[in-house]
Amino acid sequence: MARVVVDVMLKPEILDPQGQAVANALPRLGVSGVASVRIGKRIEIDFAGEPDLEHARRIADTLLANPVIEEFTLRVEGQPSA
Amino acid sequence: MSVNIGVVTFPGSLDDRDAVRAVARSGATPIRLWHADALLHGVDAVVLPGGFSYGDYLRTGAIARFAAVMETIADAAKGGLPVLGICNGFQILCEAHLLPGALTRNQHLHFRNRDQRLRMGSVASAWTNGYTHGQEVVIPIKSGEGRYVANAHTLDELEADDRIVARYLGGNPNGSLFDIAGIRNEAGNVVGLMPHPEHAIDELTGPSRDGLGFFTSVLRHLAAAPPVPQGVNA
Repeated sequence: MARVVVDVMLKPEILDPQGQAVANALPRLGVSGVASVRIGKRIEIDFAGEPDLEHARRIADTLLANPVIEEFTLRVEGQPSA
Repeated sequence: MSVNIGVVTFPGSLDDRDAVRAVARSGATPIRLWHADALLHGVDAVVLPGGFSYGDYLRTGAIARFAAVMETIADAAKGGLPVLGICNGFQILCEAHLLPGALTRNQHLHFRNRDQRLRMGSVASAWTNGYTHGQEVVIPIKSGEGRYVANAHTLDELEADDRIVARYLGGNPNGSLFDIAGIRNEAGNVVGLMPHPEHAIDELTGPSRDGLGFFTSVLRHLAAAPPVPQGVNA
């Protein structure tokens, strides 16, 4: 089985209130010096046979990420980002 | 001739019954449509109701967009079929690229449930022609992901082309850009709105009757326009 990992992040210009809420909680952990936190999604797609990057890209582009507000990267697990 | 207006039920729809009630109150005949049935059963217009279709999994509206009925609705909307997306329906219309932009998490992260003052904008749409530009209305809003965002070019275009159908008044409930509560497409047949006009059709169940105008507007629109051909799927 081959796994393709897709990371979806809000575009830098899109406000991430979840990330801000986490960042605001950090002082209560006694952590300082964090400039910002942004939250995204990691999706693991397991192919039955060989990893199919073309299909994985189509899945990511049409469903997993909304290009209006998000961007994605994908990679075969164990290999650098494609 | 009676006008038939379809109301789609997705898994997780909440406000389909209220939408059906609002359609009936306007004088049209409501037709229940099912997400897995690609046929539109000859309806003259469609309402995508509020709720949490597919549990809001992945993103609001992201999975509903690929429902069998949505592919037919998307094609028909491009041909002029009037479509109103309310709350989750607005999110679905954006995901389906029938409207520009996207709805994101409320800026303050709180779910907002309140009677919301709005100022009506564009009345050049199938669903808002019964209002006057600048009219103040009160319609409930209830959403956690209602913050409208789009790039600067799209926002300027919406503004310049008079495609903003309603803006928040008396406090923006979610951080929506340009105070946008609702927009229309270029042709005016597709409208998306975060507040819930179907919850404001009589004094018994809502804060006002201000929402009924969306449902009566489409009847006026249909009376003035020739019916939209739906091809073999009708």
